[in-house]
Amino acid sequence: MQTTWIGRSMARVGGVDRVTGAQLYVADIHVDNVLHVKLVHLNCARARIAGIDTADAARVEGVRCIMTAADLPQPVPRYGPVHRDRPVLAVGETKFFGEPVAAVAAETEDAAASAAALITVDHEELPAVLSVDAALDPAAPLVQDPSLRANDPLAQTNILHEWQFGWGAPGDARADCIIENDYSFPMVTHFAIEPHGFLAAPDPEGVTIWSPIQHPYVLQRVVASALDWPVSRVRVIAPDPGGGFGGKGWPKFEPLMAFLALRTGRPVRLVLTLEETFQQVRRTSARAHVRTGFDLSGRIVFQDIHADFLIGAYADIGGRVVSKAGYAACGPYRTPHARIIARAVLSHTTPSTAFRGFGTPQASWAVESQLNAAAMRLGIDPVEIRLRNIPAKGEAFIPGDTPADGEWDSALRLAAREIGWHEPMPKLRGRGISLGLKSSATASASFALVRLHYDGSASVLSGTSDMGQGARTVLKQIAAQELGIPPERIAVVMGDTSVVPFDSSTSASRSTVFMGNAIVKACRDIKDTLKRMAAETFAVGEDAVTAGNGYIRVGGRELTYEQLLKSHFGPPRGEVIGIGQERNAFVTDHPLGGKPAFWELMCAAAEVEVDPDTGMVQLTRLALVSDVGKALNPQQVEAQDEGAAVMGLGHTFMEQLLLDEHGRIRNLGALDYRIPTIQDVPSSLHSVLIENADGPGPYGAKGAGEGGTLAIAAAVGAAVNQAAGVEIRDLPLTPERVWRAIHIRT
Amino acid sequence: MVPAAIPITLVVNGRQHALDVRPHHTLLEALRDQMGLTGTKECCSEGECGACTVLLDGRAVTSCLVLAVEAAGAEVVTIEGLAAGGRLDRLQQSFIDAGAVQCGFCIPGMIMAAKYLLMTNPHPSVDEIQNGLAGNLCRCGGYSRIIGAVASAARSER
Repeated sequence: MQTTWIGRSMARVGGVDRVTGAQLYVADIHVDNVLHVKLVHLNCARARIAGIDTADAARVEGVRCIMTAADLPQPVPRYGPVHRDRPVLAVGETKFFGEPVAAVAAETEDAAASAAALITVDHEELPAVLSVDAALDPAAPLVQDPSLRANDPLAQTNILHEWQFGWGAPGDARADCIIENDYSFPMVTHFAIEPHGFLAAPDPEGVTIWSPIQHPYVLQRVVASALDWPVSRVRVIAPDPGGGFGGKGWPKFEPLMAFLALRTGRPVRLVLTLEETFQQVRRTSARAHVRTGFDLSGRIVFQDIHADFLIGAYADIGGRVVSKAGYAACGPYRTPHARIIARAVLSHTTPSTAFRGFGTPQASWAVESQLNAAAMRLGIDPVEIRLRNIPAKGEAFIPGDTPADGEWDSALRLAAREIGWHEPMPKLRGRGISLGLKSSATASASFALVRLHYDGSASVLSGTSDMGQGARTVLKQIAAQELGIPPERIAVVMGDTSVVPFDSSTSASRSTVFMGNAIVKACRDIKDTLKRMAAETFAVGEDAVTAGNGYIRVGGRELTYEQLLKSHFGPPRGEVIGIGQERNAFVTDHPLGGKPAFWELMCAAAEVEVDPDTGMVQLTRLALVSDVGKALNPQQVEAQDEGAAVMGLGHTFMEQLLLDEHGRIRNLGALDYRIPTIQDVPSSLHSVLIENADGPGPYGAKGAGEGGTLAIAAAVGAAVNQAAGVEIRDLPLTPERVWRAIHIRT
Repeated sequence: MVPAAIPITLVVNGRQHALDVRPHHTLLEALRDQMGLTGTKECCSEGECGACTVLLDGRAVTSCLVLAVEAAGAEVVTIEGLAAGGRLDRLQQSFIDAGAVQCGFCIPGMIMAAKYLLMTNPHPSVDEIQNGLAGNLCRCGGYSRIIGAVASAARSER
């Protein structure tokens, strides 16, 4: 009988190492003869650098190298995943608080820190652009040197790019009810428990970089381009990240580390403090002005959305965040007329990057809150108003794009049921509901190699990173299923560009679908080869051979893979290598470069209790429903949905990076920047998966794991409104903000 | 001027260690950098995240806030000392079974804090588990599986 490894909550691969302390994260890797690196930055965001005095620092015992921009190739190499705008070290002017102006490499961490403290930077602080309004002021200083984008008509502004999407004729559409509001979403940081760390070492072919990077092949490309080398000379080793969430997706200090390793001829190591990590990665803050028209039955007539996202001093992947969030900003609803303007606005702040949800939590907060406001205005139940607008499976809701790919109405109904939507409401309590829809990966490619070894065991070689989502486990389950080999005889090898084939990224919830399909194809490639080998070995036609469930059948004979390989190869031995690839081609005339392979849909329903005397909001019940197609490992999917939801509670209730007038982060570090603790989780949290096997991935899977961040805020906001009678449009919903809304009505 | 090292001895996971430690170095640094016990993790370095939790003379401490010299003569248990003879502690097994482990970076500290909780309160209520682990941050999961894992480990002891 065919054993199935799919749909089983197989224990996490690497679980034992993670509970015993054996798992090696980047900071745990020992490299002989290593130099320790410390970075030097200024105590303000923007400053003109007049000179750097390193004389005292150079005299510290154990210091081997002090690097400033002057020590790099000239002009100083710039890097970035899309725009090559970020210098390896600050040139002439710092652009954000935390941008390094110098790096020290020394024999000990103490020596590096002592020397770094002795470096004096003669500088003049300059006015910094720290908000959207400040950045758009025609008199504002330009964050980016216009020569970096000479042919861009926006080069003389602080707008990196403006996207306009839309359809229908929103200007002419007539609506019975128009809801028009402004919303804001705070600047928040990833706060992976593992701070960023990097190692680099010269090697005979070039340079090796160790980084807990989600996208090893992006890092290889970016470091190679900074060095002006072919990619073959850069080897990236990517230890499993201790949490990524997008913050470890795109290169940070790896180019600098490569230059330091090559300059010193020795391995170099840099582990950031949590404070330094806060200064390097964050989510874009956003504000949105939204006009939504409805007819009297609650059907959406038009959406007119103008969203400004405050990205940082360098583009990183910020532009892509804005375009993808903007494109799908209308959410999972039929929208006859739409106009969406989304702008990526540069500022003298930490470069914003990918962060779980990729811009969609910001857009969802606004658009879903509009639906809740309309429900209230029109006297329609918030579940019902959504049901009236939600597209049926197969129905296009963004013209010309991937249609609705699930029974999304059932997510609404299930979430409402889970939370007791129609139960009598206790005093001071309220309930709210929201959907969230994220565009998944568009144009991207995953390649996989599966090696069937001589003894019938197998190795899967994949460029995916396992940052906690459990990719190793799920990819092993897929290979076990396809080959008919038990998981304990399969090794999943990841995280080394000298070993694993190309993969675009571990992002956009794409790995199960893209890498999963690539592995399925590689396994089928192996089985095709085995059939040919059996036909050749036993001198029969290929049609007389079948392969499945770990056996090859030739006529009446049944052979294990091991028996066939021994018969075929004999004493010299050999192996069968399967190759698989899954690609979504780049489409030049699509606004995003391609249609999303699937939609990631989440419905959240929340019940809260508000204390009007303190403004404290207690989450009493939370239900999450996601449409995942097929949960290959249900426990892992549910655990990710729960985690994403609790992460969403952070930006909903407490998280926000606060800047002072110098552009410094005021709440820099774990003492002052709060994330949800074990005491903040709702007493009742239910995660439900919809599985209709209707996704493009193996066995009908869709991607999952980000959904929880998308829908939480608007669900909670609506619940607070019902409980306390206040409509708050700025996150987070801190006790102070809720209290003020209740007691200081304007 | 680098301050002179101070010789100390301490017992870690049942094994005697003699070390020369710098007076400003923490127990966390001594464990990771001098003894090679990298299972204990560093995140916030200010006692807020709990990733570096170990047992010091039977009490849970954040080892980033304990100077190495303060641990002189002490008995320390780290995550590496929990699986006696290669057999997982019931907490370690229950964390795996409950799906409480994702990236795993917070887990060593989380388990050591839970160990201390169960040492002092073998059958905690959900509230008591939440209080006991309030100083340990996780960013991947929703905490409910951690609560479940600790409760399950406590039950298995009954």
